[in-house]
Amino acid sequence: MPSASVSSNSSAASSPNIDARIIKRYAAGLDSEAFELNIHLQTSPGVTVLLGPSGSGKTLTLNCLAGFTKPDEGRILVQDQLYFDAATKVHIAPRLRRCGYIFQDHALFPHMTVRQNLLFAATSAISMSRGKVQRHRRLQELLDDFELTDLAGRFPHELSGGQKQRGAIARALAGDPRLLLFDEPTRGLDYRLRLAFYEILRKAKAQFAAPIVLVTHDLDECFDLADAVYLIERGRFLQAGSPEQVFARPATSDIARSLGIFNLLPAEIASLDPGRNLSRVRVLDHEVEGPYFKGHLIGDRGWLCVRHHELRVVAAPERLTRNHLRLRVVAVTKSARGVRITFPEDLTAELSEAEYVEWRGSRELCVFVPKTAVSFLAK
Amino acid sequence: MLPAPGTLIPQVDLFPLWLSLKVAAFSTVMVVVVGLFMAYLLARKEFPGKNLLDSVITLPLVLPPTVLGYYLLVLLSRNAPLGALYERLTGSPLVFTWQAAVVAAFVHSAPLFVKAARAALENVDYRYEWASRSLGASEWKTFFRVTLPLAQRSLWALGSLCFARSLGDFGVTIMLAGNIPGKTQTLSVAIYDAVESGNGQLARVLVLIISAVALLILWPANRLAGPHRSGWAG
Repeated sequence: MPSASVSSNSSAASSPNIDARIIKRYAAGLDSEAFELNIHLQTSPGVTVLLGPSGSGKTLTLNCLAGFTKPDEGRILVQDQLYFDAATKVHIAPRLRRCGYIFQDHALFPHMTVRQNLLFAATSAISMSRGKVQRHRRLQELLDDFELTDLAGRFPHELSGGQKQRGAIARALAGDPRLLLFDEPTRGLDYRLRLAFYEILRKAKAQFAAPIVLVTHDLDECFDLADAVYLIERGRFLQAGSPEQVFARPATSDIARSLGIFNLLPAEIASLDPGRNLSRVRVLDHEVEGPYFKGHLIGDRGWLCVRHHELRVVAAPERLTRNHLRLRVVAVTKSARGVRITFPEDLTAELSEAEYVEWRGSRELCVFVPKTAVSFLAK
Repeated sequence: MLPAPGTLIPQVDLFPLWLSLKVAAFSTVMVVVVGLFMAYLLARKEFPGKNLLDSVITLPLVLPPTVLGYYLLVLLSRNAPLGALYERLTGSPLVFTWQAAVVAAFVHSAPLFVKAARAALENVDYRYEWASRSLGASEWKTFFRVTLPLAQRSLWALGSLCFARSLGDFGVTIMLAGNIPGKTQTLSVAIYDAVESGNGQLARVLVLIISAVALLILWPANRLAGPHRSGWAG
C-alpha cells in the first residue's frame, strides 16, 4: 500500500489541512545505506500520528514540513499555502512557515528564562501585529494554561523534563503557528509523565484548531491521541487510517508483524459463507471460524491474524468445540505485564500471574480464539 | 644582581608596551568582527569555494612570518593598488606606521580565531537555531540572540587569546612596520633590538613585562574556556 492516503473523520469534500508529497533521496554514505523518503501525507484538523521504527523517515518528514530539509521532489501545501513546490522551485524559508516545532529535547533557549523564551517567540512571530499589552496578556494566558506562571522566571536547566515540555509547547503556541509538529514527545519520559503529556496535548488540541503532526514509535501514544495514523517504514507509508482501522485490520502480514501485537498463523481457507458472515480456516491442524473474509477464495493460503491479548487459555472441554485449539506449550516467559505462553508457530497468549497458576506445569493447553477477533491476510 | 625597583623603572622606556597594547586592541577588534563573520560562514553555510576559503584563512598559520610580511608589503606598499588606495583615503602611507603593525597583528592572530570560533559556533546545537527560525526569527536575530549568546563563553576566551597573540607578533611586524623607536617599535621588536644592541638588562625587563601581561590575559581566558558550572554559559 505505498502512498496510501486516507483522510480521517472528515467529510471527503473539505480539502486536507496538509497535503504533502515529499520525495527525498540520500546516497549511501560510509556508515549509512541509501535512503529514499517517498510519501504522500494528507491530514485533517486534529492529531495525525506518524508511527514507525527509528530510521524510517518520520523526523525527516517533519523537517521537510518545517523547511529545515529541502525535498528533492514534491509539493507541500499547508492550509492552501504553498510551502514547497519542486516544479516551480518554491521553497519558503522556515521562518515564514509558522510551524510550531516541538523538538525531542525541547530546545528551550538555555540562556533565557521561560518567560523570555515565550517572549522571543511572540516578538519573532511573522503574524504578530498585536500591541504590547495584548501580547503580554496572551503570554500570561499561555503561562497560566500550561501551569508555568510560577516557573516563568526560571531557566530551562532549573526545570524538570515535564516542565520543559510544557514550556516548549507554550513557546510554540506563542509563535501563533499554523501547524504543530511534535518529534517523539514522550521518548525518555516515564509512565506518569507520558500520561501528563497526553493531557497537555489534549489541551493544546482543544486550544488550537490547526493540524498537529506527531511522530512516535509508541503504539499506546497512537491509540490515545491520534485521529489518524500513518504507519511508516523505510521511507514509505504502509497504511493509513484511524487507529481503530489500522490496528484492527493491518493491511499486510508485514505490517501486522512490525506492530508486534498480533499472532500470525499459517492458514488456509476451508469455506466461505457470505450469507451467514462466516468463514472456516484450517490452522495448526484445527478448524477455526471467523467472520466472512471478503475478497478471498476457498483454498487461499495466508495468515490468520489475532491479537495476543484476545487469545484465551481455557480448560480443555470434554469434546473440542469450535475455535478451541489444543496446543503444545513451547515456552513460558514472565514479563512485567504477566505471563507469556508460546505455542507452536510462535503463537503467543498473555495472561496474568493469577490466571497462570491454574495451568502451571501443563505440557498442553487449550486456546480459545474468539470468532470476532480474527482476520485473514493473504500471503 | 638586580637593581633596586626605584632605579629600574625610570631606565625603561615603556612606549613599546603601550604601543603593543594599542596595536593588540585594534587588531583584536578587527579580528573579532571579521573573524566572527568568516567563522559563521564556514560553520553554517554551504557555498562554492568554501574549502578554498578555509585553506586561505589557514595559510598564515603555516607560512613563515617573513613570507607573510613579504606578501603584505607587496599588497600594501605605496605603489601597490591597496596601499595607494589607503594613502588616498587617509593621506599617509600605511607601511612603516603603527597602523601597519595592526595589520601585521591581525594577520598573525585572525586564522587562529576563525578556526576556533568556527568550532565554537558549530558546537552550538543546531536545534536552537532551527527553533529560533521556525518561531519566525530572522537570520540576524537568530545569530545575535541565540547562536552568539550560546557560544559567548568560548568566544570571550578566544578574544583574549587573540589579544595575547596579537601582542606577540614579531616577524610580520618587522617586515611591514619596521623598527622605528617611538613610532613602530612594539614590545617584541624592542626586545629583539635590545638583544641585538647588547642591552641585556633592558631585554630581560621587557621579556618579564610581556610574559606577565600575557599571563594576566590567558589566566581568566582559561577559566572562561574551562568546564561550565551549569548547563550553559551562565
